[in-house]
Amino acid sequence: MELDLTDEQRMLADAVKSLLDKRYDANARLALLQSDEGWSRDLWKQYAELGLLGLTFDEQYGGAGMGVGELAVVMEQFGRALVLEPFVATVVLGGQLVAAAGTPEQKAAILPGVAGGERLLAFAATEANSRWSLTDLETTATQSSGSWTVSGEKIAVLGGDVADTFIVTARTGDGSIGLFLVSGDAVARDAYKQQDGLGGADVLFTDAAAEPLGSVADALGHVESVLDVATAVLCSEAVGAMDRMLWLTVDYLKTRQQFGQPISVFQALQFRAADMFVSLEQARSMALMARLALADDDIAGRRRAVQAAKIQVDGSSRHVGQEAIQLHGGIGMTMEYPVGHYVKRTAVIAKTFADTDTLVEAVGAGGGLIGD
Amino acid sequence: MDIALSKEERAFAERMRTFFTTEIPADIRSRLARGEHATREDIVTSQRIMNEHGLAVPHWPTEWGGQGWTPVQRHLHAEEMLLAHVPPPLAFNTQMVGPVIATFGSQEIKERFLPKTANLDIWWCQGFSEPNAGSDLASLKTTAVREGDEYVVNGQKTWTTLGQWADWIFCLVRTDPDAKKQRGISFLLIDMATPGVTVRPIQLIDGGHEVNEVFFENVRVPAENLVGQENAGWDYAKFLLGNERTGVVAVGQTKARIKRIKRIAAETKVGDRTLLDDPLFRAKLTRLEVEVTAIEMSVLRVLDAEGRTGSGKPDPVSSVLKLKGSELQQEATELLVDVLGPAALGYRETADVPDGFAELRDGAVDALPTYFNWRKASIYSGSNEVQRTIIAKAILKF
Repeated sequence: MELDLTDEQRMLADAVKSLLDKRYDANARLALLQSDEGWSRDLWKQYAELGLLGLTFDEQYGGAGMGVGELAVVMEQFGRALVLEPFVATVVLGGQLVAAAGTPEQKAAILPGVAGGERLLAFAATEANSRWSLTDLETTATQSSGSWTVSGEKIAVLGGDVADTFIVTARTGDGSIGLFLVSGDAVARDAYKQQDGLGGADVLFTDAAAEPLGSVADALGHVESVLDVATAVLCSEAVGAMDRMLWLTVDYLKTRQQFGQPISVFQALQFRAADMFVSLEQARSMALMARLALADDDIAGRRRAVQAAKIQVDGSSRHVGQEAIQLHGGIGMTMEYPVGHYVKRTAVIAKTFADTDTLVEAVGAGGGLIGD
Repeated sequence: MDIALSKEERAFAERMRTFFTTEIPADIRSRLARGEHATREDIVTSQRIMNEHGLAVPHWPTEWGGQGWTPVQRHLHAEEMLLAHVPPPLAFNTQMVGPVIATFGSQEIKERFLPKTANLDIWWCQGFSEPNAGSDLASLKTTAVREGDEYVVNGQKTWTTLGQWADWIFCLVRTDPDAKKQRGISFLLIDMATPGVTVRPIQLIDGGHEVNEVFFENVRVPAENLVGQENAGWDYAKFLLGNERTGVVAVGQTKARIKRIKRIAAETKVGDRTLLDDPLFRAKLTRLEVEVTAIEMSVLRVLDAEGRTGSGKPDPVSSVLKLKGSELQQEATELLVDVLGPAALGYRETADVPDGFAELRDGAVDALPTYFNWRKASIYSGSNEVQRTIIAKAILKF
């Protein structure tokens, strides 16, 4: 059994941490949040130089050829710093979809630009009426005289505000669901910041020129598989965020004075901090399990592990986040203090890809985790 | 939890599974699988079979029957045992007094007690808690006064689990009334047959007789029954309680319970479907399975760290295991009650029914008593409030 990070993973984590320690303290992040774009193109270049933007791509496409487990390692550090750059949209979702589903020509055309930091991607799947379903969609893809167009409206497109290229799910004439590449120039966007500060958009496709990403027949399998990876790495990100929430809270309890003493002397608060620690450790264990599961060849087992992890992580982050604010008192409610920003990010994660009820139903319908 | 294990570890677990399911009598295992309590005879039989194969005390020093296993192997051995519904070796012998004697006892006392302790030729019980020494164990008052070659013991112990079946009791006794509270305590072995020892049963809310009070009235104990140094008993007790780190979670037992719950729920009709397909029930079950999987992974993390850095370092995650693990054990017992519903309400000693009546549902006899009984899990081995204090101390550094 080997549960600790490998030497290579530890070096990667250290490299990311040391960059973020320098560039991403709470004040620097607040300044970024209030800047025009809301994130840093300069840091994006540095991520590229560190090899993060092509972490899992093959070396022939400018990537570092690492495994998806390494993505989780990076994301835990990103969670600690609450990174605002469109990494999940471009690298975790977009990049991996192209790497998994694309033809060799498409990979060669797109991935080097992603790895180099020149091209931003976004995955547009959700619609107003689809909720968590990947297949319940109204966006259509139509082929006429050899060329494709896509029409429909997607919502909650992470990174959709800045994407150069969209990867869109759409239903084709024969009823199957395909993935299509659409240029950012060919869409209309209602861009916004998400509640957590990350960029997003609702995106309107009106007979937008499109190109199938790989073959339509395989698309859904690739999407599900990439979402498993994305779900697992979000669990790691949330654990990084939760860990910071716990220690911010602990530090605050030790320094905040009331009634002439630090409030950490009150057992009512000590026990609640202890329970936060319990929730965090349970989440850490499941995020670890999800990371290990990504290496599993058994697709059903891997999906079950990842779904179970997100159930635990979302439950834990709700508990840790709510308690972190409560134990801070009023300061925890303010924009100037970091803890609330962690709460916002983890609340968004809990409603990303699938929510707890949906995951509980999926795991339960599949026979659960403990069986003969 | 196969994904966390190496190929060799999986093979090891498989070997344990085969041993437990072929060497331990099926009769014992099937009765335990139905929720019955192991009898004294069951526990003795299965521990002796394990001991014969070197599997009763694998964690002891190798010269006394240990196997030199890794922490993970020890865990898999315990897990597979529980999953196969095998009564575990008596913890008072193998987890508590045995390791204390092996670590702190003289060669003489080791030779006298360890082989018989491993083979359950001596049944031990634990004399730690007193009516006024619970979580504050060091305030214990039972005294042992040295008179020549003997100690004269007076006082009372309580919550003595299975003391009614015990041959010997290992006690914390006060040997120096003037020392500061932890410093005047010794670790003394007392034959239950000695004149002046009285055992009185305590009936619990589940209707069973699991614990006792033990009274000592001028009990004369040979001084050679002292383990280690006089007045060093508190250190030995701390060592002993530290051995409970991962074992107390008994994830295997909770998993076995959940499997049983799923089997019975699949046979329970609700309208035109089974309870297992009822969305509300299934959601509750699934959430429990997720938390149990998480605690299992937490156990593996502690074992992994132990394998790399040794077990000496106190780790607040150990307290997480006790705190969360006991809550999940309790939740699992509650879920079985949910499954049985009205069938759980009658208090019955056995599953026997008069002629003409339908057989009782599996769980009808034990569901509610087990739920009541397991309220103990958040109280013993350091109550969950004590665990929260340990965690709070570790993170807040007070």
